[in-house]
Amino acid sequence: MTLSEPVNSNPISSKSKINWGKMEEAEDFAATVKLYRQGKFDEDSFRRYRLQHGAYGTRMTNDYAMVRIKLPAGEVYPYQLEKISQLSEQFSIGSAHFSTRENIQLHWVVLEDVSEILRGLADVGLTSREACGNSVRNVMCSPLSGVCPDEEFDSTPYALATARFFLRNPLSQSLPRKFKFNFTCCEKHGMVRMVDVGLISQTRDLDGSTQKGFKIFLGGGLGNKSFVGHQLEEFTPEEDLLYTSIAVIRIFDRLGDRKNMARNRMRYLVNDMGWEKFRNLVLKERAIVRATQSVVTRLDVDHAPNLIKRPIQISDESGGSIPEGYARWIKTSTLKQKQSEYHSVFITLEAGDITSNQLISLASIIQEFSSEGNARTGFIQNIAIRYVHEEDLPRLYSKLLGVGLAKSGSLTMAAPVGCSGTTSCNLALTNSHRLAKEIQRKFLELKLDQDDDLSDSSIKISGCPNACAQHGIATIGFFGGGGRVGKEMYPNYQMSLGGRSDGETTLGSTCHRIPAKRVIPVILKIIELFKENKKSNDTLKDWLHRIINGKEDTAIKSMHDMKIALDFLTIPPTKEEDPDFYNDYGSDSSYHTKTGKGECAA
Amino acid sequence: MSQEKNVKITMDIDSLRSELRDNSVRVIDVRREEDYKKSHIPNAVNLPLANLLSDDSPERVVKLVNTIGIDDETPVVVYDDTFGALASRVAWTLEYLGHSKVSLLETTFSKWKSLGLEHDDKIPQIQSKEHTIQLNSEILSTTDYLETSKNKPNVLLIDNRERLNYLEQHIPGAINLPYRTLATQDKILRPKEDMKRLLDNRGITGEFEIITYCGSVGTLSGLAYYALKSIGLSNIKLYVRSFKEWKGLEKPTVKQEDAHYWDLSAE
Repeated sequence: MTLSEPVNSNPISSKSKINWGKMEEAEDFAATVKLYRQGKFDEDSFRRYRLQHGAYGTRMTNDYAMVRIKLPAGEVYPYQLEKISQLSEQFSIGSAHFSTRENIQLHWVVLEDVSEILRGLADVGLTSREACGNSVRNVMCSPLSGVCPDEEFDSTPYALATARFFLRNPLSQSLPRKFKFNFTCCEKHGMVRMVDVGLISQTRDLDGSTQKGFKIFLGGGLGNKSFVGHQLEEFTPEEDLLYTSIAVIRIFDRLGDRKNMARNRMRYLVNDMGWEKFRNLVLKERAIVRATQSVVTRLDVDHAPNLIKRPIQISDESGGSIPEGYARWIKTSTLKQKQSEYHSVFITLEAGDITSNQLISLASIIQEFSSEGNARTGFIQNIAIRYVHEEDLPRLYSKLLGVGLAKSGSLTMAAPVGCSGTTSCNLALTNSHRLAKEIQRKFLELKLDQDDDLSDSSIKISGCPNACAQHGIATIGFFGGGGRVGKEMYPNYQMSLGGRSDGETTLGSTCHRIPAKRVIPVILKIIELFKENKKSNDTLKDWLHRIINGKEDTAIKSMHDMKIALDFLTIPPTKEEDPDFYNDYGSDSSYHTKTGKGECAA
Repeated sequence: MSQEKNVKITMDIDSLRSELRDNSVRVIDVRREEDYKKSHIPNAVNLPLANLLSDDSPERVVKLVNTIGIDDETPVVVYDDTFGALASRVAWTLEYLGHSKVSLLETTFSKWKSLGLEHDDKIPQIQSKEHTIQLNSEILSTTDYLETSKNKPNVLLIDNRERLNYLEQHIPGAINLPYRTLATQDKILRPKEDMKRLLDNRGITGEFEIITYCGSVGTLSGLAYYALKSIGLSNIKLYVRSFKEWKGLEKPTVKQEDAHYWDLSAE
């Protein structure tokens, strides 16, 4: 006898239209791991294979992997979240991690169990294929695409079609280095100028009719050395989207640096060659692609509109009082959509972490409240439930509150990003992950999420100079390293200020080295200095923008002034005065730097 | 070896219902007495795990077994509401005593109820029976036994606690197979083929003598004991006093160094 489905089965069962998974890959992975363990596969080929299938190495050990589950365009369905919950409980640490690139990561997975996860993912149409390694990584799309009041049209179908085109495509299996696409809705909700290919939907009038197309930016990227992307042309019509993408990838494949691992992202190629020359190459290559392939190679864009249907309320719980904190949450964690009466609700997770139980609750909450039947992961380790009817917001709030997912400040500076750091990454020098959590707790305790002057600012913390947390575009960004007093080491961060990723994308300016245990006081001091010197209607973001551009005329005019104002907080105490200063967050033993081999470049 | 081939590791719901109709099986509910009294599978007797563990010497266990009407020939089915772990510990204890006809119900009591299957609050009148004591010491690992055998190449030590606990501290040489891995959404153990594939991948095969352990009293590792048996492995021992005793005796432990994995947890 087989047991029937659980009694509380889905009120609305909406299913993903695209199956990204492939069961054979799970079987093949299991067989390959066995061969590798028997010594029949050399280290390098195995690593390449493992990364191609989305299993990344883990800090200081070969026994574990991190499985990175791709969510193209950030779309995820309730039944998929339920499966991920189950997999995290069975094979990981009972929590899952939302990344900054719309992936969900399962950490500390026994290498021999990875194939079981791939199997589970294929069951629900998901994949981790090409989530790591030198391939086209998860194709991102703004969580607001389709609902953003400022967008020209929804780029989601184009992001999905692009992901479909490149997934398992031989074109993108062994590029010089990883390659990233970001689609977005508008300039404000950006992230298009710090990625290999960034795209914003736009329209133009052509002979009286409206033509759809994109603003395409190429050659941006954050890392040890960061660059801002360049706009290819005034307007790229939608018919040219795929040909442009193929042209860029072909050029990168042909000319990209395959030797120097530290400099083989496409941004270095663009920088070395010069933008004009690179641009001309792309335009020429696109003409060739268009001429030779336009008949057979097309982007399969699904234009069928999504069904928007407000879920039927099963039980009437109205009449109960609205829990405390509702107004604060509405203000700082939700947005009005362009569709009247509907809102998008953003859920911030501490540095992207969520328990398996919360994932299950989240799945049922999405079913109960989202009129589109799915959710969208965001750019800052978060998730958005969209198409929530305004009348349902109080009820949604109490549901989220009940499972610890109703933090306020999701859309403010109180939602810092922290990469995984020393919790699992081989390259990390500091516990950036825990630091992000500590900052969020402090900000919420001080109710800084409610401060309008801070709401458009951001804090991002990477555990090493590589920029997984995207610290370069943060209003206040940090990357980890070690500091030293005599023989003693302490965890330390390089701080940069004034970064942004919108229409005026700017990389943050280097300001000061801040000991880990002084990061929170330093952030609070910067806010204090801002409050002392701000103009009316000023925001922290604007104030810092003026300072780094030499346009501020009050007490803090430059990074140098800022550095001097913060100096007193950065002086290390002796170990006798303050032993805690010498330990990193999450650790009660003396700090020392220790790293293994990175795998991005394998 | 330790059990006759025709005894199933888990009993499916249909079979149990038919055996209940024939009154040919003794069903043991190992939940707390107060939960049992509210409702249980009809005719089930109550043997709370805590009661058993308060003194699990064979002399006492045999008395408990006698009072719930079990002799050497009585087929027994055990269930709980804790994904099979508590039921496993009780079933293992019966096996250790020398009983060879014990199975686990394939599902939990909550699941049983949610399917609309029969349950009531009647306490059955049980006639006492006489069980012998023929200790099956092959399925028990003591600390001494573990210490002397764990480094042998043909011995595999398995830790069934959750991943973070294992990373934090475990017995040197143990591999980690968290108890959650063994179940499906509906059943306390994966289907045989599924289980076999999972364990094969991890190198857990019949060529080893296997010892399982968990945190304190051998429940999670008891479930693993039955998971391994379910795919036909036979040389399995439960380190019943588990990590609690190992640590209490100040035996060596190891941890995964240089990583702050606890900070990745959202708990």
